[in-house]
Amino acid sequence: MRQGKYPFVIGFLILPVTLYSVFVIAPYAQAFQLAMTNWRGIGTPEWIGFENFQRLFNDTAFWKAVQHHGIILLALPLITIAIALFFAFLLNVGGGSKGGKRVGVRGSAFYRVVFFFPQVLAVAVIAVLFQMIYRPDESGLINGVLTKLGLEPIFFMINPNLALWSIIAVLVWQSVGFYVVLFSAGMASIPTEIYEAAEIDGATRVTLFFRVTLPLLWDTLQVAWVYLGIAAFDCFAIVAVLSIDSGGPDGATTVLAMEIYRNAFTYGRAGYASAMGVALFFLTITFAALMLRVSKRESIEY
Amino acid sequence: MGPQMSTQTERPVTRPGEHKPTAAAGKGRDRKRSEVRLLSSLGHVALVVWAVIVVVPILWTFLASFKNTSEIFSSPWTLPAELRWENWGRAWTQARVGKFFLNSVIVVSCGVFGTMLLGSMAAYVLARYKFVGNRLIYYLFVSGLAFPVFLALVPLFFVVDNLGLLNTHTGLVLVYIAYSLPFTVFFLAAFFKTLPTSVAEAGMIDGCSHTRLFFQVMMPMAKPGLISVGIFNIIGQWSQYQLPLVLLSNAEDKWVLTQGIADISVNAGYEADWSGLFAALTMAILPMILVYAIFQRQIQSGLTAGAVK
Repeated sequence: MRQGKYPFVIGFLILPVTLYSVFVIAPYAQAFQLAMTNWRGIGTPEWIGFENFQRLFNDTAFWKAVQHHGIILLALPLITIAIALFFAFLLNVGGGSKGGKRVGVRGSAFYRVVFFFPQVLAVAVIAVLFQMIYRPDESGLINGVLTKLGLEPIFFMINPNLALWSIIAVLVWQSVGFYVVLFSAGMASIPTEIYEAAEIDGATRVTLFFRVTLPLLWDTLQVAWVYLGIAAFDCFAIVAVLSIDSGGPDGATTVLAMEIYRNAFTYGRAGYASAMGVALFFLTITFAALMLRVSKRESIEY
Repeated sequence: MGPQMSTQTERPVTRPGEHKPTAAAGKGRDRKRSEVRLLSSLGHVALVVWAVIVVVPILWTFLASFKNTSEIFSSPWTLPAELRWENWGRAWTQARVGKFFLNSVIVVSCGVFGTMLLGSMAAYVLARYKFVGNRLIYYLFVSGLAFPVFLALVPLFFVVDNLGLLNTHTGLVLVYIAYSLPFTVFFLAAFFKTLPTSVAEAGMIDGCSHTRLFFQVMMPMAKPGLISVGIFNIIGQWSQYQLPLVLLSNAEDKWVLTQGIADISVNAGYEADWSGLFAALTMAILPMILVYAIFQRQIQSGLTAGAVK
């Protein structure tokens, strides 16, 4: 029956595998090679061993970028998940039970649709949008209002202490809706009987949330944390478009992707930029390993 | 555990399991009711506030696209004196939003078509046929999920350059397909695995070839999965910024929308054409609102499908 299986299998795999090898696997492999050279994009690469990594060690821009990833990695998931959980709970369980089914507060469907919308927009477009919103003079949405009220304008992207947090705020603005929908799906699969039993025992919504919803949602929370962690290691589009001088002021918002891009395509340091890519690779691996460690908690079967 | 559970947070002194007379139970219920009311009104306020935070920036951009510069600077809340469509015209032709938009449509339609075709072919074979190297190829694809694109950005640039595909849509489309394959294969392989074998076997007995079986039997059966991944890929490729920035840097007439909008925002600073920028921004946002309004349910499930899996 399965005659001629191999020609068919090969025929179906040849194109995807070739494309994937040429554009994904080969560049990844080459990145490790190039990281050991001082190649500048032309001529033959010269082998210099670990020199790039030694330089990386003393590169303040690199360490600033790593530090920013650390901040984003903590702040973005914490803030986003907290807000999204709160809203998802209100939208799914907050309305009490009607006819044996848990329902959300009034207008739940509407809120879910509206909250999710920023997820559909490209990050680069959102970055331009917030450039306008954050503008330091009256033409900015926020500072226009503040000036009208007679308050001092806030220099969102100019103040180095504020710039990174302004960027994190935009990321939260975009992500919350997605996680509301994600958590809603998770909450919908929690059996109603558990809520009912808890309510008969006199549990309030606060107790319901902390004692029932949260533990039963653990798996979904883990997924959310990994997703937001991956997002925290990227951030190129938002930093490149929204921040002053692509990662400024004075490196206050720079991220690794930005430094890789700058070194490779502005300074022409292909070898050095690849070394940064490799460093990033190990950071990502470390994050993934840590995540697996930390989140190792018995999930509850129901 | 009695009614104390409700008050446990406020009164930690009361131990669970301690028996209270019925009067206290009634009191607990009253308190619970008022707590419910307070919480739900607070919750409602929070929901409304967040909805405003999401909607207002977009509404504001839309209004500002009809204003002139002095109106933009005077107050963020006043309505434009008239509908200045010339802002839109300037953005569409002079700032070439029209051109960028068309480029995005071309690149994303080719990219998603290629991704879906090649991705489902690979996923199908990997999910339903036993052969040497099956697992190796599968894990090769799936491992691509873990690493960010820009890790290999520098070598990728030179790979595309060596193939003579730099500054071409073909190059960008091929790269989009290659980088969309890991998720597409991962998701669709899981999906093809769930499809019943009986239909496929019946087809084989009827003398259906492997290829025909795939295109005429399995593909239609996998439609829900294909739609989810398709939406995921459309939105992912439409939003791409870094890859076109690197791969199309010297071909301004080939730029995609994200690149174009970011560039217009830089130029708007020099030319002080804020209304033009707002119009360009509106043109980038508006179609997404329309598409989202129509396919809202499919988009939500498509984008979250990967996470729920």
